[in-house]
Amino acid sequence: MFRFILTRLGLVIPTFVGITLLTFGMIRLVPGDPIELLAGERGVTPERHAQLRAEYGFDKPVLEQYWNYISGVLQGDLGKSITTKQPVVEEFFTLFPATVELSVFAIFLAVAIGLPAGIIAAVRRGSVFDHTVMGTALTGYSMPIFWWALLLIIFFSGILGWTPVSGRISLLYFFEPVTGFMLIDSLLSGQEGAFRSAVSHLILPAIVLSTIPLAVIARQTRSAMLEVLNEDYVRTAKAKGLSPGRVITVHALRNALIPVITVIGLQVGVLFSGAVLTESIFSWPGIGKWLIDSISRRDYPSVQGGILLIATTVILVNLLVDLVYGFINPRIRHTR
Amino acid sequence: MKKKPLIMLAAASALSISIAAQAKTLVYCSEGSPEGFNPSLYTAGTTFDASSRALFNRLVEFERGGTNIVPALAESWTVSDDGLEYTFNLRKGVKFHTTGSFTPSRDMNADDVVFSFKRQGDADHPYHKVSGGAYEYFNGMSMPDLLKDVVKVDDMTVKFVLNRPEAPMIANLGMDFASIMSAEHADQMMAAGTPEKVDLEPVGTGPFQLVAYQKDAVIRYKAHPDYWAGKAAIDDLVFAITIDPAVRYQKLKAGECHVMPYPNPADIEAMRNDPDLNLLEQEGLNVGYLAYNSMMAPFDNPKVRKALNMAINKDAIIDGVFQGAGKVAKNPIPPTIWSYNDATEDDGYDPAAAKAMLEEAGVSGLSTKIWAMPVQRPYNPNARRMAELIQADWAAVGVEAEIVSFEWGEYLKRSKAEDRDGAVLLGWTGDNGDPDNFLAVLLGCDGVGGSNRAQWCHQPFEDLIQKAKVTSDPAERTSLYEQAQLVFKEQAPWATIAHSVVFMPVRKEVKDYLIDPFGGHIFYGVDLVE
Repeated sequence: MFRFILTRLGLVIPTFVGITLLTFGMIRLVPGDPIELLAGERGVTPERHAQLRAEYGFDKPVLEQYWNYISGVLQGDLGKSITTKQPVVEEFFTLFPATVELSVFAIFLAVAIGLPAGIIAAVRRGSVFDHTVMGTALTGYSMPIFWWALLLIIFFSGILGWTPVSGRISLLYFFEPVTGFMLIDSLLSGQEGAFRSAVSHLILPAIVLSTIPLAVIARQTRSAMLEVLNEDYVRTAKAKGLSPGRVITVHALRNALIPVITVIGLQVGVLFSGAVLTESIFSWPGIGKWLIDSISRRDYPSVQGGILLIATTVILVNLLVDLVYGFINPRIRHTR
Repeated sequence: MKKKPLIMLAAASALSISIAAQAKTLVYCSEGSPEGFNPSLYTAGTTFDASSRALFNRLVEFERGGTNIVPALAESWTVSDDGLEYTFNLRKGVKFHTTGSFTPSRDMNADDVVFSFKRQGDADHPYHKVSGGAYEYFNGMSMPDLLKDVVKVDDMTVKFVLNRPEAPMIANLGMDFASIMSAEHADQMMAAGTPEKVDLEPVGTGPFQLVAYQKDAVIRYKAHPDYWAGKAAIDDLVFAITIDPAVRYQKLKAGECHVMPYPNPADIEAMRNDPDLNLLEQEGLNVGYLAYNSMMAPFDNPKVRKALNMAINKDAIIDGVFQGAGKVAKNPIPPTIWSYNDATEDDGYDPAAAKAMLEEAGVSGLSTKIWAMPVQRPYNPNARRMAELIQADWAAVGVEAEIVSFEWGEYLKRSKAEDRDGAVLLGWTGDNGDPDNFLAVLLGCDGVGGSNRAQWCHQPFEDLIQKAKVTSDPAERTSLYEQAQLVFKEQAPWATIAHSVVFMPVRKEVKDYLIDPFGGHIFYGVDLVE
């Protein structure tokens, strides 16, 4: 097992280097000069342009810029935003809890609904329920996020008035963030109704963000279950006279879960990309919206730093999934 | 941001989100996050709304809802006969904000004015490099060349010494970058070793003071109790940052905010018919244009440019691109700016005459390019569509045009090139309400290869605007600019396309909101009624 963990950890390092190279190179390959964008129609004189390039270090050879960047990264310094002049790390971690809160809630929703739906669909293969679940999942998977979000806002907030339109908490409540997680902070604040307000603000964005992972998890669970349900050991279990519930949960589900867990791990990456759109629509102050702004302003340090930190999170989650996977299935940790 | 004492707005029942319950808290659904709170460091209007327009004052300001200059922190001023010295008498008894970490010991005085300008203009000033130290507006308005010195005459008198006469100087001092900050606060922060806090925890003299900023989410202000012009009618001001215009509209309808900027053109009709809303509208201080490259044949011939102008059906553009929210432009400055010459004759839409003129100029089988911006701007909501309409109009007179576009930063850069191929769609929003801010920046000889996208340097025009720049008599300046507009029209370096109309939906309970012609959003003077 130790050897397995070491191998997995060893793979993380080249991935990490690859990401720094990719983000650093790609944002520079995208056309657009951050200084021109900063100046807009007004423009800057060629002298001032050169001066600003020198101030941001863009006048140095690309390799040297990369070297400076990497040296900074190794010391935990991701540079300062060109736009706000604030340290990238500081900005990222101010906003990150909002994204994590939304993502955790969304993945929780996706698993809580997707997993049972997939199991039931597999057990009742070909039934109306199965067709409904799979049809809905396919629709959910192909739904454009921004359209789906607006539809929910107009219906639940506009017409029914059940949920607030956007934001993280009602403007009536005001407290300094302690953890950055609104659900926790609202409880800590001791203000009556704050927690309920925070939950009500979380519902719609979490539904929107969970839609795609939910569809994927439901479909994956169904197909994994179908495969396992045809296995000999399931037939044996049934033949032994075990209750159908026990056969499904103990004998089938445990084996079917392995691919499902992998998919859940992979969905973390999907969640972050979904968060970019969801956050923009629901005015959710997370890293998704921040990253979009940074990309459109060609704020190199913010884009590089932000993507690196997000990628690190995704890598860590998948590493964790790999390890869990190794625990569940001994065959995997013995594969070299 | 450092923790501050909080104002608890907690109230009423949990989910009664209705903000009307908080009688005097005005919520503005702003379109984006401010870059920071020191307006001299940034250039975005969103930043100015959150900083200079709420927190700070300038020596002179623009009258609310207009472009006229009115006294603010300066009560009066005099200009020397040679136009090189501007002496300002400061207003007495102006209080700075008291914040959690700063209590002012004195009223605003000349030291604050000198500090605010020296920080931007003097590279050796201890604050010059703080927070990145890029003062793009100060540079963009040529202040480093223009400003020789800012001198404290006595506690309540400041003198600005210029290198050359500049009639728009007073208007420049009304701009956001010229906001006055507290020198005492700056000294304290420098002594504490945290100079950057001056920009993070702003201390101004403005009608509101900052309570807290939760990044990308909410900005909270409270009324400055000792504001020199009288405390604001509202007690608290909240900016709820909401990027998506459709979501802003839903929030406005749900009563989650009172005022929203930049509505979707498609929602305008519904807003007009909504009994809970007032839809305010005003012509924007902007112009959208198509600039020919007057250095390249055959566009170096004014006749060709004029003929192409006559081939464009501008009314169709107003309907198709602006969906009615625009007015045909005939001058390079909008009608809300003084000296606008209404006597100018526009190049009427006449394809037959245009064709004849082109033939007369010996141009046949012309093929060129139309540059369409990739972004939506106040003066042009859809450049691609506009380019397509112009392309079709030109095809009707035998001119073949290819539409090209680049990423916005690239577009701005490449369109400056003197050997650029084709005509460029672009525009401008005024900074200070002075005609010079349009005519000299966009059409002056200095701008060739830069902000003068027509690459047009025409001596008779240049002489008029240069003379107007150094003339202090308003009547004479008006006359010079009126003549310049006639010369412009006759030479036709641009097709002037449109001035857009700005829409601002506000809830019925909002009283006295005025649209700012400069595109700002100002809440002093606004009230809420039940």
